[in-house]
Amino acid sequence: MSSYAAPLTEIRFALAQLGGMMEIAALPGLEEATPDLVDAVLDEAARLAAEVLAPLSQVGDRQGCRLADGAVWTPDGWSAAYRRFAEGGWNGLPFDPAYGGQGLPWLLAAAVQEIWHGANAAFALCPLLNQGAIDAITHHGSAEQKAIYLPPLIAGRWTGTMNLTEPQAGSDVGAVRTRAASEPDGSYRITGQKMFITYAEHDMAENIVHLVLARTPGAPSGVKGVSLFIVPKFIPRPDGSLGNRNDVRVVSLEHKMGIKGSPTGSVAFGDAGGAVGWLVGQENKGLAHMFTMMNNARLGVGLQGVAVAERAYQQARDYARQRIQSRALGSRDPEPVAIIRHPDVRRMLMTMRAATEAARGLAYFTAGLLDLARRHPELSVRDARQALVDLLIPVVKGWCTEQASVVASLGIQVHGGMGYIEETGAAQHLRDVRIAEIYEGTTGIQANDLIGRKLMRDGGQCALHFIGEMGEAAAHLGGGPLARMRANLEVALDKLQSATRWMLLRQDGDPNQWAAGAVPYLRLWGTVVGGWVMARSALAAEAALRGGDSGQRHLAAKLITARFYCEHILPQAPGLAAAAMAGAEAVMALPDEDF
Amino acid sequence: MKVLVAVKRVVDYNVKIRVKADGSGIDTGNVKFSMNPFDEIAVEEAVRLKEAGKASEIVAVSMGPAIAHETIRTALAMGADRGILVTSDEELQPLAVAKLLKAIVEREAPKLVILGKQAIDDDANQTGQMLAALLGWPQGTFASKVVLHSDTAEVTREVDGGLEMVALTLPAVVTTDLRLNEPRYASLPNIMKAKKKPIDTLTPAELGVDVTPRLVTLKVEEPPKRKSGIKVGSVAELVDRLKNEAKVI
Repeated sequence: MSSYAAPLTEIRFALAQLGGMMEIAALPGLEEATPDLVDAVLDEAARLAAEVLAPLSQVGDRQGCRLADGAVWTPDGWSAAYRRFAEGGWNGLPFDPAYGGQGLPWLLAAAVQEIWHGANAAFALCPLLNQGAIDAITHHGSAEQKAIYLPPLIAGRWTGTMNLTEPQAGSDVGAVRTRAASEPDGSYRITGQKMFITYAEHDMAENIVHLVLARTPGAPSGVKGVSLFIVPKFIPRPDGSLGNRNDVRVVSLEHKMGIKGSPTGSVAFGDAGGAVGWLVGQENKGLAHMFTMMNNARLGVGLQGVAVAERAYQQARDYARQRIQSRALGSRDPEPVAIIRHPDVRRMLMTMRAATEAARGLAYFTAGLLDLARRHPELSVRDARQALVDLLIPVVKGWCTEQASVVASLGIQVHGGMGYIEETGAAQHLRDVRIAEIYEGTTGIQANDLIGRKLMRDGGQCALHFIGEMGEAAAHLGGGPLARMRANLEVALDKLQSATRWMLLRQDGDPNQWAAGAVPYLRLWGTVVGGWVMARSALAAEAALRGGDSGQRHLAAKLITARFYCEHILPQAPGLAAAAMAGAEAVMALPDEDF
Repeated sequence: MKVLVAVKRVVDYNVKIRVKADGSGIDTGNVKFSMNPFDEIAVEEAVRLKEAGKASEIVAVSMGPAIAHETIRTALAMGADRGILVTSDEELQPLAVAKLLKAIVEREAPKLVILGKQAIDDDANQTGQMLAALLGWPQGTFASKVVLHSDTAEVTREVDGGLEMVALTLPAVVTTDLRLNEPRYASLPNIMKAKKKPIDTLTPAELGVDVTPRLVTLKVEEPPKRKSGIKVGSVAELVDRLKNEAKVI
């Protein structure tokens, strides 16, 4: 069975050098996040993750969840572990102290979230969804809804879910049919069926709060007629205590490829006359409100990708160190060596390592932007950072999760035949993380969001400005030892700029032209921002080494990993740009029946 | 009742210790440090006593370089109320630590002092005993159970032959064994509260204690590598080899 040790040195480096922790801890309201506090929080999270959550990951994969008489049992030990997690106050890390949160930066929350997902991705989904529900109620709930729901959700005594998907409404959220009829007392009666609902029902918390998309009578068709409702499993009384069981039930559990410890279910609302629900925010604005939750969840899913990639890397590295096979290439010594000595195994490990570090850097950078967008004293800075968050969220979600699948697959490859055997645990990482490219919007949906909404809504202003900023960092690499990195990054940035202009030119034409290359374009973004992240890491490591920093080996490794990224991964950029700009002809030409 | 807990900053138990090339000590560069696990048990016991209404205040004491305040913060995050750090860049040997603790006990007047039975770095297993002797207090070492009354404490001790129960008149010194309790994880709110709890800093000079080492470390070396075993043909051969080759019987 594999163990997990949170990569604290890496995490601290990424927080400080890429996420901008110093600047963020200076923002109004975040002054508590001093370096010693951040260290103490990370240390304790790492301990809880390694000792309590990580050992349950394989248990969850083996046992899965059980549904009987409408109740769901999570795997052995999960409920007790969740209790420890919630009692430790970890759910409340970034939330408003007025409702029991700790008011710490989202950037720190991102790092801690990575640690939970690295230890046990299926477990960590529960707090991830909860976080999204809290964010949605915080932004759109009434004062009364906040008073009732936020304290127990933030404390983790109750957990939140996100109910969008129906059999006919997957990526097309506007197709939801669940109905909401208003009652004289201001509440609604919800009827309908949802599916793929994560932690829809479980034995870990006192109450479950479903956030449900449904239609009111006479609502416009499509996304403009969808509203958001709170539907609790137990209806809270005004004093917050639990009242009647609501008419909402899990009717089946999905049989999944991975994250088996996470109960995913089909949920029936209103089989016995109507589930009681309350409107959140404005009628027919449900999708926009849900997007508050989605942005949060998409960043979280990107972090889940980073986390599982890290865990797959740790396991592959440990295996490569102890598996003895074949003599070293070019050696006369007949003694076989550990496979970590073989160039192709090293190439795989370096790819895993570099991709994970780049993805972490991108995700932390984006989480840091979220704090700046929410708390910076100047409105113009807040707006600019929010625009960049909006641009990068689909990249974080789409690219980090694709990288995670690549890394987890390489993790199996490093193990050879043993990787295909479930007992080693290498395959679990790939099975677990594969869903991350699908839920909260597939990579295709992310790519369409990136171009159709985020890029085009301001005529590419935010994107082109950020590409310019990245170019400035590239120039800092200079003509010395980092010159090769600089050359590759400049080529990549140039390609990203060309592809971006190409997309913008097709804004008013046939959307198939840009949509056909949307995913390569998203990958191009991820690959290039990853290169920029690695360049910044290299610059920071070089500066620290010059300053006589004590972490010599770690910093030297940073430089090597950054160089590997720029020489072995970043050169994909021109190829991705070519595919992104190839247009729709070859994609759309083949008649449907000839597939 | 005030309880004083001693906590030591040691190389984390997960770290594989490396000896410095010159044999002068162990390599501590870039190595993770944390609270001595036996001391975590001591803090946990004190916090449980407080939660049970038997202790009123918990003071966590550490000694060593200024960075040892991190270890005190850990104790504060677990539930101690305030800290005292005695800073010294000199090597502090058990007798010096016991003398410093005695001076602090005289200032603070706790009714109970809880320490780990030993620290996992040097495994000296001396400080608690020395402190009790210097104070002239009763001691219950290697405790696996502590029952506190208003003026006495019943301590179950783990000894070679099994368990021994002793009744101590307070004030007393208790040192913890592994089975006394399972230390808690610090909660996030308590980690944040710990930031605001006070830590006083003192020096050995202020406490009037001479901490000059009495022992000199000549050399530190790795334990010898275990040699591979051999198979013997018969019991007679085994006895013969043990007698004449290994010279152990």
